[in-house]
Amino acid sequence: MTAAVFFGCAFVAFGPALALYIFTIATEPLRIIFLIIGAFFWLVSLLLSSFIWFMAATLTDNKDEPRQRDLLIFGVLISVLIQEMFRFAYYKLLKKSSEGLKSINPVSGLGFGIMSGVFSFVNTLSDSLGPGTVGIHGDPPQFFLNSAFMTLVIILLHMFWGIVFFDGCEKKKWYTLLVVLLTHLLVSALTFISPYSGLNLVLAYIILVLTGIWAFFVSGGSCRSLKLCLLCQDKDSLLFNQRSR
Amino acid sequence: MLTFMASDSEEEVCDERTSLMSAESPMPRSCQEGRQGLENGEGAAQWRGFPQRGQESEEDHEEDPDRYVCSGVPGRPPGLEEELTLKYGAKHVIMLFVPVTLCMIVVVATIKSVRFYTEKNGQLIYTPFTEDTSSVGQRFLNSVLNTLIMISVIVIMTIFLVVLYKYRCYKFIHGWLIMSSLMLLFLFTYIYLGEVLKTYNVAMDYPTLLLTVWNFGAVGMVCIHWKGPLVLQQAYLIMISALMALVFIKYLPEWSAWVILGAISVYDLVAVLCPKGPLRMLVETAQERNEPIFPALIYSSAMVWTVGMAKLDPSSQGALQLPYDPEMEDSYDSLGEPSYPEVFEPPLPGYPGEELEEEEERGVKLGLGDFIFYSVLVGKAAATGSGDWNTTLACFVAILIGLCLTLLLLAVFKKALPALPISITFGLIFYFSTDNLVRPFMDTLASHQLCI
Repeated sequence: MTAAVFFGCAFVAFGPALALYIFTIATEPLRIIFLIIGAFFWLVSLLLSSFIWFMAATLTDNKDEPRQRDLLIFGVLISVLIQEMFRFAYYKLLKKSSEGLKSINPVSGLGFGIMSGVFSFVNTLSDSLGPGTVGIHGDPPQFFLNSAFMTLVIILLHMFWGIVFFDGCEKKKWYTLLVVLLTHLLVSALTFISPYSGLNLVLAYIILVLTGIWAFFVSGGSCRSLKLCLLCQDKDSLLFNQRSR
Repeated sequence: MLTFMASDSEEEVCDERTSLMSAESPMPRSCQEGRQGLENGEGAAQWRGFPQRGQESEEDHEEDPDRYVCSGVPGRPPGLEEELTLKYGAKHVIMLFVPVTLCMIVVVATIKSVRFYTEKNGQLIYTPFTEDTSSVGQRFLNSVLNTLIMISVIVIMTIFLVVLYKYRCYKFIHGWLIMSSLMLLFLFTYIYLGEVLKTYNVAMDYPTLLLTVWNFGAVGMVCIHWKGPLVLQQAYLIMISALMALVFIKYLPEWSAWVILGAISVYDLVAVLCPKGPLRMLVETAQERNEPIFPALIYSSAMVWTVGMAKLDPSSQGALQLPYDPEMEDSYDSLGEPSYPEVFEPPLPGYPGEELEEEEERGVKLGLGDFIFYSVLVGKAAATGSGDWNTTLACFVAILIGLCLTLLLLAVFKKALPALPISITFGLIFYFSTDNLVRPFMDTLASHQLCI
């Protein structure tokens, strides 16, 4: 399409993640490593779920369109389950290797999120540089923007889920894990239950805001600290730095 | 090859002999005719750790990784030492992540934009069997034969180098290295520049070209073989690794490339870890002689780490010299001729001559062969992954994780370790599985606009 679409969608989808990376992770080598390890864990979970889907698809070997779609939905649900399992495995690994977990919570989620976002969006992005017309067969012409916003919401959601999940594991609140899993399933299910991508996006963003507020309170923020931060009366404005002290 | 470069103290001369580290470079197997410059020598990648026994505090720190690698001992308070060790180790890992990533970025960017490096245009003489055969079995057989020939060439060159080194034919080795880097810096750069200009349809006249290539090549030769700013040397090493990797990507046929990658990791493992392996023998010989590594074949990243804690090793205070300075003097004396000049400049301007009690210099070294083969893997993934970025990214992450694990093992074992096997294994696994399993899944998801 055009370079404007490419850059616009790229920054919409990856801008906040990049900003988070630059301001909180790039300064600490250990966090960069944990980010890459998180990305690796997500990759392995994707590999496993693709394998299961592939096996299911080749075993049933049915070329019906609805059957394929059912298999795909099955694949998506399995994938979400496996992702959360690997998030737990990642938590176990971090627990073994480092005592100071608090500062790592957002990093792990961000690792998952970045990898997830990149894998779902980068091929679309590279297609947007080439020639073509979007929606020529009646599909919505805002395909790129929708995908970009969806990618953004997924990345941020992964980060919030990471914070909440790890906190739940630390404090042995197992219901937290269940809620994270259910929210993830909900967000994924939205994409195939509802055909209106606009509605999907709005709902996903609502879930994002709610999860964000939950993560904020879980990681120790309070209304008071938020007020201090916004009014710049706080000594440093990054919540992460505060917690890691 | 990965080496820890610790600051020297006076008593480390005999300690180095007892330590298992040696500062040896991988085999520089440059080829005499045309194409393949440093690939053979650099293929034998190796890892060394370099703890100086005279510096106890560093040893303690390097043993601390065991504590965080094994399961956490309950009831142990989170020690400052442990945290510092972790941070110290993490810094080393990042010091290698950055150049490896840069090299891969250069290679992938070139592959995706310049068509020349993905066109089939003949093969190297080291891989004489063609892959344009009718049957799958024949193709597989040809690729295995190609691999055998390539690996035997590498083995022969390695052994040749070990023999040369053992019999102290330094002039020959230096000449060989200089010839290879001349070829890389001038000929391959010229070809690369030509292809890039062709791709972007930019005209450049011959005088400008001559000036550019001459300056680039001459400064490169000076930086790599003699003295130069560390950053510039690192940049040149990354560039020549990328150029070499591009040559491989272009001239190695498909299946042969993958089999060669697998075979060279096995060879690396064998050559570095077996007692009679050529690389290990080289390591031990260099260790006995206390000589520095050939700087043209090793990427080094000196780092200054500030020790801000109470447990400071007193021997580090005398250590504010150039690394390998005592060795330089030793080799100067023992050989009676100028030793191979050290290329590393002190990383800090105010560093020589100041009695800064808190600073120690550390560095990590990785052989250029590792850079080359990592980039070949990622580049091949980018070239043949059917235009798919997911495969490239998956291989990239896999290689970085492999590097991380290898560094972890290095911190645990503290001896020469091969850097290729783990990363290449992960890379290969992820390439084939992403290409065949993940790609259909993600494509199907994208076409139905589902999200996982």
